[in-house]
Amino acid sequence: MVDQLMPQVGIAMADVLERLGYRVDFPEEQTCCGQPAFNSGYRAEARTVARHFIDTFEQSEAVVVPSGSCASMVVHHYAELFQKEPATLSRAESLAKRVWEFSEFLTRVAGVEDVGARFEDVVTYHDGCHSLREMGIREGPRRLLARVRGLDLREMQPAEECCGFGGTFSVKFAELSGAMARTRIEAILRTGARTVVSADPSCLMQIQGVLSRAGAPVRTLHLAEVLASR
Amino acid sequence: MSRDHILHRIRTALGRSPGQAAPELPAPRIRIPLVDMESRIASFRTRLEQLAGRVHLAATPEEARAFVADAIAGKCAVASNAPYLVECGIAALPEVRSGVTDRAELRELCATMNFGITSADYILADTGTLVMISSPREARMISLLPPAHIAVVPRERILTGLDELFSLHPCPSGETSSMVLITGPSRTADIEQILVRGVHGPGEVTVVIVG
Amino acid sequence: MSIEFDRKIHKTLEDANLQLAVYTATARLKDGRTEVVSPAELPDYQELRTQAHDLKKHVMENLDSYLEEFERNVEAHGGHVVYAKDATEVADFVVGLAKERGAHLIVKGKSMTSEELDLNERLEHEGLEAVETDLGEFIVQLAHERPYHIVGPSLHKTRYDVADLFTKYLGIEREEVPEKQTAIARGVLRKKFLAADMGISGANMLVADSGAVVLVENEGNIRLTTSAPKVHIAVAGIEKLIPRAQDLAVFLKLLARSSTGQRLSVYTSILSGPRRPGEIDGPEEFYVVLLDNGRTRLLADRAKRQSLYCLRCGACLNACPVYRKIGGHSFPWVYSGPIGAILTPQFLGLGHEPALPFASSLCGACKEVCPVKIEIPELLLSLRGEVRKAEARDRKNLLERLSFRLFAWIMTHPRLYEMAGRVAAATAPSDNGAWISKVPALMNFGPLRTWLSQRDLPPAPRKSFRELWRLR
Repeated sequence: MVDQLMPQVGIAMADVLERLGYRVDFPEEQTCCGQPAFNSGYRAEARTVARHFIDTFEQSEAVVVPSGSCASMVVHHYAELFQKEPATLSRAESLAKRVWEFSEFLTRVAGVEDVGARFEDVVTYHDGCHSLREMGIREGPRRLLARVRGLDLREMQPAEECCGFGGTFSVKFAELSGAMARTRIEAILRTGARTVVSADPSCLMQIQGVLSRAGAPVRTLHLAEVLASR
Repeated sequence: MSRDHILHRIRTALGRSPGQAAPELPAPRIRIPLVDMESRIASFRTRLEQLAGRVHLAATPEEARAFVADAIAGKCAVASNAPYLVECGIAALPEVRSGVTDRAELRELCATMNFGITSADYILADTGTLVMISSPREARMISLLPPAHIAVVPRERILTGLDELFSLHPCPSGETSSMVLITGPSRTADIEQILVRGVHGPGEVTVVIVG
Repeated sequence: MSIEFDRKIHKTLEDANLQLAVYTATARLKDGRTEVVSPAELPDYQELRTQAHDLKKHVMENLDSYLEEFERNVEAHGGHVVYAKDATEVADFVVGLAKERGAHLIVKGKSMTSEELDLNERLEHEGLEAVETDLGEFIVQLAHERPYHIVGPSLHKTRYDVADLFTKYLGIEREEVPEKQTAIARGVLRKKFLAADMGISGANMLVADSGAVVLVENEGNIRLTTSAPKVHIAVAGIEKLIPRAQDLAVFLKLLARSSTGQRLSVYTSILSGPRRPGEIDGPEEFYVVLLDNGRTRLLADRAKRQSLYCLRCGACLNACPVYRKIGGHSFPWVYSGPIGAILTPQFLGLGHEPALPFASSLCGACKEVCPVKIEIPELLLSLRGEVRKAEARDRKNLLERLSFRLFAWIMTHPRLYEMAGRVAAATAPSDNGAWISKVPALMNFGPLRTWLSQRDLPPAPRKSFRELWRLR
């Protein structure tokens, strides 16, 4: 999704990592983690794509992912997919230890909170549900944003609520998905923020889509884009 | 017979044989906090008052009696056969009908009196709860049918909470057909989320702690 | 999804008043819960959850043994246990007993199990009067509807709806004030309690070492139902067992908090057997009907067995962003919300509503609030896999399966993937970089069109990331 629809997010992430002294490699064989197939119940197809992911990244020292839901797929669900394939299972488990969601990599591996960013705006942060509940990522992004110069971070009330994307759910149950998104938008607008930041591209796509449709003067940005700003 | 059929299905589902015992469980999790009596009373009061219950502290049984007499003045009350109510002189108050042991008579009284007066077997401090064990001394209906309930309890019966209760009574069913934990007045919010008290049970609960 | 499911969802989403009622009612319950399980208020909360989960797991894995122990203890205290395979057997027993005792009026405490069995219908068919006594249930009974929410059966009804029902069915003058409506119900139901021949309740928990039935409530109707009539029948699923009375120190700390945000419900009753010698009131006869109705089938499925741990607290409903939009009546069966989504296919079969496991964004809020740690999202995913397997077997939904095969194929051939990306970007509509609300008619079909029905689409960037990366 980042590759095709939000390339600037990938560039931003690479910028931040390089500035921190990491060497960034982009294995060109990569395509997808397989989550869309898995969530839709097509496990065989998900396995096919997952094997490709494992092949692609097996040699990598650390895999940094600009999406909590994709990272969670690899870290938490690959084991379930390969229960009956012991060889692939052990490769998946080994790889899972080296896969990090972007904010998680910064706070837990790089051990940084201040990446030298400047971004003057009123911002609210939206937690992707997989990031929040499967990966346990909540404080990290907020601490990172707190160190961005000029950034006024406001918390939504309620702070945590699903944007309604849910993968193919957004299309299968479109009206419902839209209704859930609009409720989230109301919370966003109540903060007075002019930018919504998230570490999950799928949430960003859903939220921006609804903001745009509503003609709201609020934009969405990925956490990486904010952290790359100077 | 359905019993055998169902048990058989269960055993098949679980791969167990008839008569096979369950593996031993670790001991029940009972953690009794150390809380002094004054704090227990304060906690109970806070909790029950939050629920629109009333708490009155009486230094002596006589004070308790005076408080109750005042509360029920000009009205009518049915009292349980709790010895403590006799001890406090409450059972003998003019407005109070007590010493009833006939089920039908008691029910009739409970349905018509303004107040139901009981003692309580225990009080749970951390939740604002009265523990009522059904016995010859305490009938079920007295704390249930009348629109107002007054409980008069000596402070020694105040426990810290559920853990202490179940540590003292690991098997309530061994002693009684009914142990009821009463936490505040009866309530509902079934219509438009609007809170209404006294739906079926008493809408007013007053606890007098003595000592 | 079935037309029925789609229609019900749509109808609920369109009803602004209902949307507000459901959202605010669940918000109140949800926020209540958050406060009383917070680390400041209940520091042991996570530990208690784990304990409750482990105790339920233990009982389910040894259910036969605990049922027999329960039975022995019920009988030791003068009660009787009846096993029932299904709704018919439960009804047969109740009707049979009623006839033997010459009973005509039955009062009922709120019981989802009873709803599951459509018990009232059968009782009425046999000429018995069965009156629901929980205010919310009383209201929906008058309306001939199913409960809307496990804890708040009438949360979808306004005071005007209630006024209509009371005027029509109780023959009274119209009353629109909730406090007065409640008083009216209280008066009507009090007469029923005191005249009833039998009281039927459910059970929140069954205690094996005590032969006890545990019931929680706020109104007092369950206490009256189980104390006033001479006969008390508790109808409970076999999964309601917990091992020991002392384990209530764990379960009671979780149940009301998770359900309504109360530390304890107003009344928690631990009942066993008819009244003991010397006790002045209480029933003369005490029966526990242990119900299967498909539970043994769930028990056999190791991975999904945990669905049976459910305490029926309703916390998952209150946390679920989907339930909070579509409400209880959009669901096809008595159990709604996340727990309903996993129980319905397991009890009624996947084919009953194949789209049900997919009606979730998998946000995981339900799992986070479940007092017994049921892994609802994982179970939904598992059910989704089963639906697809069944479709493959029945050769249904072939187009979608084919699309995912294609997806898998493209995603394992990077050069194909890249090419597909370039084609899409080249043909995508442009709006000078702004988000797009309309696309040319030719492209406007299928998922794209459905997406656009609710929200705009991002503009296709001129260069993909990999193209930019190569230039770097």
